[in-house]
Amino acid sequence: MSKKTWMAAVSVAALTGMVFGGAGSAKADELFVFNWTNYTSPEVIEKFEEETGISVTLDVYTSNEDLMAKLRAGGATYDVALPSDSYVARMIEEDMLHAFDARSLSNFDNVTEPHDAPYYDPERQYSAPYMWGTTGIGYNKAALEDGEELEHSWKELFEPREQFQGEIGMLDEIGDVMQAAAFYLDIDACTEDPDDWRQIQELLLDQREHVKVYSATGTDASLVSGEILMHHMWNGAAHRAWREDSNIDYLYPEEGVVFWADNMVIPNSARNIENAKKFINFMMSEEAAAMTSNFTGYSNTVRGASAMLSDDLRESPAVNVPEEFGDRLKMIPPCSQRSDELRDRVWTRVLQ
Amino acid sequence: MANRTAAPKPVSLKRFPGLATGAAFFFVYLYLPILFVVFLSFNENRIATIWTGFTFDWYPLVLGNADVLRAAQNSLIVATFASVIATMAATLAALAMTQGRAMRRQEVVNGSLALPLLIPEIVTAVATLIFFVAIGMPLGLLTITAAHTVFCIPFAYLPIRARLEGMDPSLREAAFDLYANERQAFFRVTLPLLWPGILSGLLLAFIVSLDNFVITFFVSGPGSTTLPVYIYGMIRTGVTPEVNAVSALLLLVSLVLVTVALLLSRRET
Amino acid sequence: MSTREAQAERPVEPQAAPQSAPQAAKGAMRGDLGAVRREMARRLALLTPAMGIIILVMVVPLALMLTYSFLTSARYGGVIWEFSTDAYLQFLFVRDLDDSLLFNDTYLRIFARSFGLSLATMGVALLIGFPAALFIALQPPKYRTMLIFLVTIPFWTNLLVRNYAWILLLRDRGLINNTLMDLGVISQPLPLIYNNFGITLGLVYSFIPFMVLPIYASLEKLDWRLVEAAYDLGANRWEALKRVIIPLAKPGIIAGSVLVFVPSLGAYITPQLLGGGRNLMIGNLIQLQFGASQNWPFGAALAFILLAIVLLALVLWALRARRSGTSLKEVEIG
Repeated sequence: MSKKTWMAAVSVAALTGMVFGGAGSAKADELFVFNWTNYTSPEVIEKFEEETGISVTLDVYTSNEDLMAKLRAGGATYDVALPSDSYVARMIEEDMLHAFDARSLSNFDNVTEPHDAPYYDPERQYSAPYMWGTTGIGYNKAALEDGEELEHSWKELFEPREQFQGEIGMLDEIGDVMQAAAFYLDIDACTEDPDDWRQIQELLLDQREHVKVYSATGTDASLVSGEILMHHMWNGAAHRAWREDSNIDYLYPEEGVVFWADNMVIPNSARNIENAKKFINFMMSEEAAAMTSNFTGYSNTVRGASAMLSDDLRESPAVNVPEEFGDRLKMIPPCSQRSDELRDRVWTRVLQ
Repeated sequence: MANRTAAPKPVSLKRFPGLATGAAFFFVYLYLPILFVVFLSFNENRIATIWTGFTFDWYPLVLGNADVLRAAQNSLIVATFASVIATMAATLAALAMTQGRAMRRQEVVNGSLALPLLIPEIVTAVATLIFFVAIGMPLGLLTITAAHTVFCIPFAYLPIRARLEGMDPSLREAAFDLYANERQAFFRVTLPLLWPGILSGLLLAFIVSLDNFVITFFVSGPGSTTLPVYIYGMIRTGVTPEVNAVSALLLLVSLVLVTVALLLSRRET
Repeated sequence: MSTREAQAERPVEPQAAPQSAPQAAKGAMRGDLGAVRREMARRLALLTPAMGIIILVMVVPLALMLTYSFLTSARYGGVIWEFSTDAYLQFLFVRDLDDSLLFNDTYLRIFARSFGLSLATMGVALLIGFPAALFIALQPPKYRTMLIFLVTIPFWTNLLVRNYAWILLLRDRGLINNTLMDLGVISQPLPLIYNNFGITLGLVYSFIPFMVLPIYASLEKLDWRLVEAAYDLGANRWEALKRVIIPLAKPGIIAGSVLVFVPSLGAYITPQLLGGGRNLMIGNLIQLQFGASQNWPFGAALAFILLAIVLLALVLWALRARRSGTSLKEVEIG
């Protein structure tokens, strides 16, 4: 190689170093947070940075499984991550989380029931609550006849009335769909009995001809535009749709409503544990919780935060679970491997 | 047929009826959705796909959002490095595979170079992540760039090879006969002839890298989120016109870069 | 073994002989083995960067995944180091309650549909892409580069965003159906989305530059004097297209077809959004194994089954091309 080529190579290397360097350097006053997109209020982060002098770097993920796969492989050193309920249980079981005893944090006293002692972490050793929500049925009232009312039942989704046939949207989230079907058929969603799964499969196959789309993206937009008249959806999306069109309503089926909760955890690989604790404590403050809810459109778990919520959040039918429906909320538990196999087989058969 | 004898190139070429119409149709097909994307970036509604009124607000919001800007910047850095490195490697490989004698095991080499195409992204993603962690490489822009370079190679290699195939080898031979050395022959003869292939390969590699989501997500480390990862993360919280505004800004950047490149190349010639 | 070695010393394979004839002749003229060695060393040096990157960052990790596909799935993703062929058996069979194996065609059907849709995508992309590439190659040089850039600029926007734009155009109350209904052309919305039509259209859109650019790259070198000569010999334009232009574009067409067909097989976002997620494709299926199912060995096994099928198809194709390919090469050399 000639001198010129060497010089060129060296300068390219130097430039590369400048561009790629810096990412790995660890400083004392920083914090790496791993969350869903648009699930962390920028104002809250700003406030936290101002109060503590800790600089926050936010990265995003798209599913619990992705988060888990990534943390399992190692190498990704996040200080705070936000898995949903059953995934907290799985991560504890797999020894992926750092025990930091959320109850010892000063703001934990603000946490309301039942979020202070959930089944997946009853002692709150490894996790602290963030946002929670439900998976139910959103629909457009404009499709109803005068005086017609829908039952609060999964029947409306699985065996739809005539005007909703062919206009149904289902989440393409296997866990949510199977749990809903299991609720409707009054079957334990963790069943290992093939006959139970056969029943679920039949229900979903029969429903399939009425389903226009299986999708988890843009469910709010499909409902508002009238493209879909009834959607199996997360309540946050139903809330956003309702904000656009007050004809959008949300059903809490009597057989059971899936209730999920996202949690702040400290992965084992975290490097800034003290900062992570400060952050988690800060997020459980009334003000931060209210600001986060206002930004995300999901409910928080902090007593006293409701006074600071925006008006539309306080009035939304999708966010405020009517008191009489409170006992309908149930979480999706982690099931056995055998049960999951059967579940996956049913899902693949339905969408083959 | 009437003006056949007039026949400088352009005249006879107009003889394919409907070709211009076909091309026009092609560009409409290409740009119609894009116009929609840009149009919706001016939508005042938080739900990107529901038009309620005109606003310019998303642009200042994007330009003030450090996370989005960092993600966009990361995307551009990775795409630039990965596509350039992949194109250089692919050019050399294409030269090896098409100049001179045919090799034994040519198919094996061709197959290996196309391998990144054949493996579904998620499998490559998990495999590469485990590999990087196993060799102790810290996750970040460097690992993303390395992983992108791999799957960019076939996208650069195939157009360049297609260009080289059937190219008249006597030109390079002639250069040697005129006592050009290997380098001179490459820079004065092969490279100019190869240029359309290289440009095609580079552009394809660039857009493939810019759009990649799954592999990027897995091999990225703290602080190295790219734009696609940011956008896919919106699934639970709703897609806002913010991403349309980012898209429109990226289109603007691409237009500026292309214009500058064209002006520069014109000045040279 | 000895025959193989004998073959190894015969550097020229008949298939590419015309192309390398001049240099081979030159080497023979000099008559030294050193030239051949230098040639091989040069070639090895040229191949090193690309092959090095691929072997290190692709082949090595994939070897790991191949190992995984023969291991037992751990509960929540990852593997247990126990040998098992379950992942491959699972592709064709299900275990009944008494552990007997029953044939199950679910996955085969998904594979078959994916191949069908990818072939359709490739065909449509070729139909749209070839004229566009030809048109660009026919423009004066100063416009060509600009047009090539124009082909790729839309892809600076994100795939998800582009798919969303298509949903708005294609849905029942979308721009296309509304316009047609306002004009009175149709009274019912056309089913443009949430079916195979929507998937194909979306996939073609996602991959169209991969078809156009390689074809352009090979067409651009076309010596138009050849076309002129064909005209002068009385060929009409379609014969010129068939006998001169298309054969010259063939390397580009092949490259473009591979670049469209293969990635279509693994696509999962477009089938989900424009197909309405009603029909899984291979990409979705594999995604599911690494996602909700957390069954890595099965996901890896599916990928290697796909790889095996595609490689087999390519080998068969190459064998056929070798048998019928010589006449084409002669045309290329002119």
